[in-house]
Amino acid sequence: MGRSEPMAAAGARPAVPPLPGCPGWLARAREAAGRRAEVLGQPTRRDEYWRFTNPAPLLAAAAPDPSAAGPAAAGQGAAASAFAAIAALRLVFRDGILDAAASDDPRLGGVEILSLAEAARAGWAEDLYGRLEAQGQAPVPRPFAAANTAGAGAGLLIRARTRAARPVMIVYERSSGVSDAILHHCVKLDAGAELTLVEVGTGAARLSVVTEVEVGAGAVFHHVRAQGPEEGAVTASHLFARLEARAELRSFTLTANGALTRNEAFVELAGAGGLAHLAGAALGDGAFHHDDTVFVRHLAEGCESRQVFKKVLRHGATGVFQGKIHVLAQAQKTDGYQLSQALLLDEDARFLAKPELEIYADDVRCSHGSTAGAIEAGALFYLRARGLPRAEAEALLVLAFLAEAVAEIAEPDLARAVEALLGDWIGRHRG
Amino acid sequence: MLRIDDLHARLADEDKAILKGLTLAVAAGSVHAIMGPNGSGKSTLSFVLAGRDGYEVTAGGATLDGADLLAMEPEARAAAGLFLAFQYPVEIPGVGNMTFLRTALNAQRKARGEAEVSAADFLRLVRDKARALAIDAEMLKRPVNVGFSGGEKKRNEILQMAVLEPRMCILDETDSGLDVDAMRLVAEGVNRLRDAGRAFLVITHYQRLLDHIRPDVVHIMADGRIVRSGGPELALEVERGGYADILAEVA
Repeated sequence: MGRSEPMAAAGARPAVPPLPGCPGWLARAREAAGRRAEVLGQPTRRDEYWRFTNPAPLLAAAAPDPSAAGPAAAGQGAAASAFAAIAALRLVFRDGILDAAASDDPRLGGVEILSLAEAARAGWAEDLYGRLEAQGQAPVPRPFAAANTAGAGAGLLIRARTRAARPVMIVYERSSGVSDAILHHCVKLDAGAELTLVEVGTGAARLSVVTEVEVGAGAVFHHVRAQGPEEGAVTASHLFARLEARAELRSFTLTANGALTRNEAFVELAGAGGLAHLAGAALGDGAFHHDDTVFVRHLAEGCESRQVFKKVLRHGATGVFQGKIHVLAQAQKTDGYQLSQALLLDEDARFLAKPELEIYADDVRCSHGSTAGAIEAGALFYLRARGLPRAEAEALLVLAFLAEAVAEIAEPDLARAVEALLGDWIGRHRG
Repeated sequence: MLRIDDLHARLADEDKAILKGLTLAVAAGSVHAIMGPNGSGKSTLSFVLAGRDGYEVTAGGATLDGADLLAMEPEARAAAGLFLAFQYPVEIPGVGNMTFLRTALNAQRKARGEAEVSAADFLRLVRDKARALAIDAEMLKRPVNVGFSGGEKKRNEILQMAVLEPRMCILDETDSGLDVDAMRLVAEGVNRLRDAGRAFLVITHYQRLLDHIRPDVVHIMADGRIVRSGGPELALEVERGGYADILAEVA
């Protein structure tokens, strides 16, 4: 890690900008994160987990202008309409600012929803804000996450006390050309609670979003994200999650387009019998660099973790997968699985994978696999011999390739929305 | 219906001729069988007719109802009424059998300028035909051919044939890997489809399938061409004396 340069995550703004109405605990958490970010410094290509991804667009003084890459609103509509039928409570962030007028009334049965500006009323968040992020800095530093904790200007504090009456959907919109946003969300599920969180849209020309999630004993957290579809956007996301006994986390991320997307996940299974499933489907055509850096740590007995990440790449698009299953000595009876696969639609596309297993317990079942390949000629001929035109046959095989990741979405209506977006993207990127 | 005229073909990668002047005419309403020893070019013939990549036609031609088959893309051949029941049906994880069948049927109908079949009509259509082949709802839901036994895969091929209703059906070693019961189901499926407007080309190594699907004409293929043609009795001759006797006689 280069220590000479101070961390400036998003442009030339101060590391810890003032946040109006900020309670003392939050101010201290942000200051501490500012110091953390300074110590971590800026990542460089020499760092082990930045070898495959150039962090420059995340470090640049100014955000890129996505409109240079394509019409801004073209795909935004598709993403929003795919999820239109989901009966969720919607909260809208435009260019990184909560748009209360465009959002639903945040009152929801079983759930408390406050904005970061209302942190003074969410004392419970003191035990969460910046805490999971700080714990997630070892063994692999995540400097953009520390900078986010220090500099976030907005976000949501969501606490589910029981079963949420409806899913909560965060809609990210971008209106101005070069918006540069930092968002930080905290989500706490009390023991036995259930919550579905959906995140949809691009949000800003450059977006850093950190989500810290604490899943209490026996609680169930479903998380579905649809990033994109703006061509030139730059995104760094971090999901930090800690699961207590018998807790469940299922997180799925669809990424369509985007110049650079780095999705990091750091999940700790801290109580016995927990379950963490992380999945993703990424679609890139042309100037697209997509990086999943996933770290699952088993701290307790009898937990199950799955990582299923699929990428469809063409015309010079690059996919990166860095995934680790880390099983500590006490985490006997761990069931760990990791799969990363890329479908390369032409010879210009690239997939770089670094699957890792680090296991200190002796009674565990862990497996991993990573493949990259083209559309299978035999399958393509079989479909064409039954009458499917080449483009239609290829589209069907691309969807089939992604199906295993989409199957990780537990809720059928959300899975259908994701499938609609996948079908739409494939339809627009044929031939 | 199907005319193959002095067809020469080779593997594109290797400079190896496989079909060496094959001529054959199959009339509507008839069933022709092609028998021959391994390596005689039987499967190559089926792939060349269906349009698989990797083969190069160096001379001769093939037409379906007068249209130049070899100039068409594989999907156009299918829409024109050609169907190949694969010797090794391909497994396609992630694509449900029903979705596949319906997509294929509607793609063909669209190519012919016909209206698409509604989901409800399609369901009715498939259910009846599946029942006759002892294909249950579970098999229809599963991904195409994934985890199917050899017999299930072949029955699935015949189901596709029954749903797509092609006019020219080529069966490539459909009997390989089948037990007696599965063979009977498959043969009955084929026999149900026999009619005056449809023709079959049954490629097989053994005579036993022809006990169930009675051919009108039997051809013996060797070294890339038809060396002898005759009635059903020719298949029995193969059964009795093997290919060696017939080939010796021809040579």
